[in-house]
Amino acid sequence: MALAAAKFALSEKGLGVEIYKADVVIVGGGGAGLRAAIAVAESDPSLKIALVSKVYPMRSHTVAAEGGAAGVKREDDSLDYHFHDTVGGGDWLCEQDVVEYFVEQAPIELTRLEHWGCPWTRTADGHVNVRPFGGMKIMRTWFAADKSGFHILHTLFQTSIKYPSIKRFDEYFCIDLLEEDGRCQGVVAIEMGTGEFTMIEGKTVILATGGAGRVFRESTLGGIVTGDGMALAFRHGVALRDMEFMQYHPTCMPITGLLFTEACRGEGGYLVNKDGYRFLQDYGLGPLQDKPKNKYMELGPRDRLSQAFWHEQQKGRTIEHPVFGSVVHLDLRHLGEAYLRERLPLIYEMAETFMGIDPAKEPIPVRPGIHYTMGGVKVDGKCETSLSGLYAIGECASVGIHGANRLGSNSLTELVVFGKLAGDEAAKKAQSLPPGNSPSLLKQAQEAEQRVLALKTKTGGTERMSTLRKEMVKSMEDGCGIYRLEETMQKTCDKLGELRERFKNINLDDKTSVWNTDWLYAIELDYQLDVAQSMAHSAISRKESRGAHQRLDGAYTERDDVNYLKHSEAYYVPGSAPRIGYGDVKITKSPPAARAYGAAGEKADQERNASHV
Amino acid sequence: MSEQKIIEIEVLRYLPESDQAPHSEVYKVPFTDDMSVLQGVQYIKDNFDGSLTFRWSCRMAICGSCGMMINGIPKLSCETFIRDYYPQRISVEALAHFPIEKDLVVDLSGFIEKLEAIQPYIIPKEPRTVEEGEYIQTPAQFAEYIQYTSCINCVLCYAACPHTALSPDFIGPGAMALLHRYNMDSRDGGKAQRMELAASEDGVYNCSAVGYCSEVCPKKVDPGNAVNINKINAGMDYFLRFLSPKGGAK
Repeated sequence: MALAAAKFALSEKGLGVEIYKADVVIVGGGGAGLRAAIAVAESDPSLKIALVSKVYPMRSHTVAAEGGAAGVKREDDSLDYHFHDTVGGGDWLCEQDVVEYFVEQAPIELTRLEHWGCPWTRTADGHVNVRPFGGMKIMRTWFAADKSGFHILHTLFQTSIKYPSIKRFDEYFCIDLLEEDGRCQGVVAIEMGTGEFTMIEGKTVILATGGAGRVFRESTLGGIVTGDGMALAFRHGVALRDMEFMQYHPTCMPITGLLFTEACRGEGGYLVNKDGYRFLQDYGLGPLQDKPKNKYMELGPRDRLSQAFWHEQQKGRTIEHPVFGSVVHLDLRHLGEAYLRERLPLIYEMAETFMGIDPAKEPIPVRPGIHYTMGGVKVDGKCETSLSGLYAIGECASVGIHGANRLGSNSLTELVVFGKLAGDEAAKKAQSLPPGNSPSLLKQAQEAEQRVLALKTKTGGTERMSTLRKEMVKSMEDGCGIYRLEETMQKTCDKLGELRERFKNINLDDKTSVWNTDWLYAIELDYQLDVAQSMAHSAISRKESRGAHQRLDGAYTERDDVNYLKHSEAYYVPGSAPRIGYGDVKITKSPPAARAYGAAGEKADQERNASHV
Repeated sequence: MSEQKIIEIEVLRYLPESDQAPHSEVYKVPFTDDMSVLQGVQYIKDNFDGSLTFRWSCRMAICGSCGMMINGIPKLSCETFIRDYYPQRISVEALAHFPIEKDLVVDLSGFIEKLEAIQPYIIPKEPRTVEEGEYIQTPAQFAEYIQYTSCINCVLCYAACPHTALSPDFIGPGAMALLHRYNMDSRDGGKAQRMELAASEDGVYNCSAVGYCSEVCPKKVDPGNAVNINKINAGMDYFLRFLSPKGGAK
């Protein structure tokens, strides 16, 4: 790619750093990053935007989201319902003022996607249709068949091409943030195709780098989901908030972890155990329903469903498959081939291609897999971090809408709502700031370059990267799985400490410059180890059970609002395990209450409404 | 567990900093029946040679990263299974008709330029504000374009297209399918400006309707059909401009 950037020789060896001066730098070209870029471009066309991504934007993992995006649509729905579903779904660990903003903006931003061409599935009279989703009282999930993330991403990417002020740095890998005068003022990145370094100055910087679920073994996630932006901010002193809350999606393909969307259940699919029994009725989600009923049975929240699987396994009621291990069945047969092909075409293809199963004729073996990082870079309600000028959005951020458990279809909406907000905010701030001190920033960039080059050029190491990675993901699964124990979490913390040491002794096979993915994966593993430590140490410190963090030990099996109605905050400590602190949770109109679904949930709703009269 | 089977994978390697030309290397990879060709090359990278380079991410045939020539046919390696080749050797090469950057990584910048050139965004026929709500699109209007929205930009169709090999500037099947997708969308009014490119020297007339692009498309977009519909459209425009003072595409 030809860049309009000056090249400065820095040493006699010919090492150099290219320089590009932007006003707003965005790291990450998925849904959130693209939406932010468009927001900057629309709010002030004179601002220069650098959109930096380690993959072509349309490869970003937004592409794999299936089910849809939540936003109030129907007459019988209300913003208040969406608010309460989200806050209760998050086990009251949400920032309620931020959730209020989120539910308000959701329908606006989803409509804007429609204007930009997103092919939302329609009703017979031509309006955008919605489908039911787990934990949502009224159906409000906008969907584009079962490829909602794919369509949102391609719509945003293609729309972004319209704006000449967005300059893309495709296949540029970010290795550090530049910090000067207490402000974030740009990034350093490697051009993957050449191995050369580029400094991209920006008056403001937005991180939109996605989640970190690849620190676990069996996940729904693409290889790129390695927590890069989280680690970058963490190393610059920004807290990673609520990192112990990792979402297990209940219906994944065994071994590969590939996702069978929640929409399978929204459209009427059943989950059954080895006796053909819809076991969710035994876990506070019943009574049994023939048709999908919101917040009942298969439309319960993901944490509860994954936990129910674990209990079934303990009771010996899962199916023991010779290849897949312990599974339950996702049964879609009663929906019929024609309906499945219309509403769940990707699921249909995946079952056929990857498992040799025709879902109209056979149930699909599934089990829980790691899916989503609820926590992330701590930001305020305007998406800004504690480092002035640094913003974070999407899965890499913790803006406070997911709490201890995200409801399915809230995260795609999050991308556009907070992508827009952060873009507007970062643009406004950039307009008021002078250009950076380039020589000083360049010196920082050069130091980052030397540090990262050393990882590639050093010799004599004995550790193989893939070995370290395998030990990390196994340990995270063992210690930070669906249910957690002090002892195994401690083992994971110890293991991660050991891997941090062994990482120093890593040896790379590839010492070249062009497309050196051996080197780039090592930088990613370095990020992943930091992020994994923040998760494991946040988990062992939270001595209660809430949402996706469930403990089996001692006095910690229940929610403890007295001591832990708090966000965890992990702070980077160089050369050591992170320090864990706690921050307040913003409660506006929903005081913590019992979290109930099924008939019990309906009763609790009625009581709450009655008490408000 | 079944006993361990071994597949031979022959990879066309090219390391630009040391190789004059691409060369083949053969690796013996243990596999299970659920393993894809992508997992096969990942096994090689993890265990035999970390310098082996390829793009991949989602593993579920939606991100479009992992296209390769597998036994000479362009395929997504994540949804191509080793078991279907065993016990024969599998040959894996970079996608045809693109310059190789390293091993299985090709230069996509030409494709990206084509994609950008076709104005792949809604040019509103009747602009409306968000407050005015969504556009209404009937099932018939929706059916006009939805198939062409499924392109994942994996560029397998370019690796299949004989005319891409002959004229690298040919807009090509994938980008033409996307052009058609926007032209056919009832919300869009940009057809006339897009058709200038479609009818140009680099446009639809390069295609001789071989149809191999549609055959290899993993998402059944049928880009060949999009190209050929636009040949007719471009031809219509050509003739209609003699009859109508505004041209035929409006």
